[in-house]
Amino acid sequence: MIALLARDLRLAVRAGGGFGLGLAFFLMVVLLVPLGVGPEPDILRRIAPGILWLAALLACLLSLDRIFALDFEDGSLDLLATAPIPMEGVVAVKSLAHWLVTGLPLTLISPVLGVLMNLAPAGYVWLVVALALGTPALSVIGAFGAALTVGLKRGGLLLSLLVLPMYVPTLIFGTELVKRGAAGAAPGTPLLLLAGITLLAVALLPFASAAAIRANLK
Amino acid sequence: MVMDVKDLAVARGGVTVLEGVSFTLAPGQVIVLRGANGIGKTSLLRCLAGLQPAVAGRVTGEDIAYAGHADGLKASLSVAENLRFWADVNGMAGVDGALQAMNLAALRNRRAGDLSAGQQRRLGLARLLVSGRAVWLLDEPTISLDAASVGLFGAVLRFHLAQGGAALIATHIDLGLPEAREFDLTPFRAVPRGDGAFDGTFA
Repeated sequence: MIALLARDLRLAVRAGGGFGLGLAFFLMVVLLVPLGVGPEPDILRRIAPGILWLAALLACLLSLDRIFALDFEDGSLDLLATAPIPMEGVVAVKSLAHWLVTGLPLTLISPVLGVLMNLAPAGYVWLVVALALGTPALSVIGAFGAALTVGLKRGGLLLSLLVLPMYVPTLIFGTELVKRGAAGAAPGTPLLLLAGITLLAVALLPFASAAAIRANLK
Repeated sequence: MVMDVKDLAVARGGVTVLEGVSFTLAPGQVIVLRGANGIGKTSLLRCLAGLQPAVAGRVTGEDIAYAGHADGLKASLSVAENLRFWADVNGMAGVDGALQAMNLAALRNRRAGDLSAGQQRRLGLARLLVSGRAVWLLDEPTISLDAASVGLFGAVLRFHLAQGGAALIATHIDLGLPEAREFDLTPFRAVPRGDGAFDGTFA
């Protein structure tokens, strides 16, 4: 399992691995918003939580189809399925690798983009907390979508259509948490719900993803 | 006995292609699967490897390593890195022996993506040596190998058998293994029935 994590991380940073693509996309989207919306600080401040979360979500979506499709194409997935590690473990490790390559860097760089979006000062901590709590769910749910579409040629669009609706709860509570944090309101409820969604997704979805992969390998 | 197959039926694309397949594989034995294209050699091997469910019948046998048409190599990793990954996954230590055996030692730091097709295939077969499994299920293992490499692979296979391993190989060429038992799948071709019947000519 550790070998698999190490391999996926190594592949991500090698040429063509896609590390940084999601991050660059996140940066670009957030940079483009002030250009499109205009420089009014009040408007930017109001839409900042939503834009930051949407951009994070899209950046995450961008790399989802790589989670299993590449391993499927070169036969690794067949070999992993016959290897002495459970498919659930493979899915969990690959989701973790995806989060380490996309979700974690997004979370770490988000305060810088908060400045660009004129986020209220009280909101920075909550932005990082919300992304740290919410992005693991994005990776795990995304891995589920990737597992469902794994044998399909050009399944990327279908993957997006499958996954985006499942991202809605995370988006709602993640944005709400940042909004409340920025406004100085009590963040308890969205914080707990966001953490709850992530825990539920992390606990249950690897099993569903593993079943989907087994069905798709047939 | 490392593998026992009884009355197995396997399907491809929802259509049963083989029925009533029975055989046993003992340690040190190698069985070569024969049969025309589309008869279901790959489907049978995938079923035995646990990658697809059997339509009917029973398979006993564990400790299986499968090698299909694709080698499972990552182009951006080096030869040694690719092999070490599979050794780690299977809980085996050391890849040097396997690299030597498949004549890849000189290429160990090359990117797998820069290898020729035959060299990639050799690396894919070297993976079997670090799998630590007793039963090798091989689907056309000699594709893109030259005569010398086929000989190399034959030697590796013989070593594996001498150690009490076993192998089931789907191939059309002669591997130079006189001890190999041939198993022709033609008599087990499933009888087409009703609509959507399987037509061998389109397989």
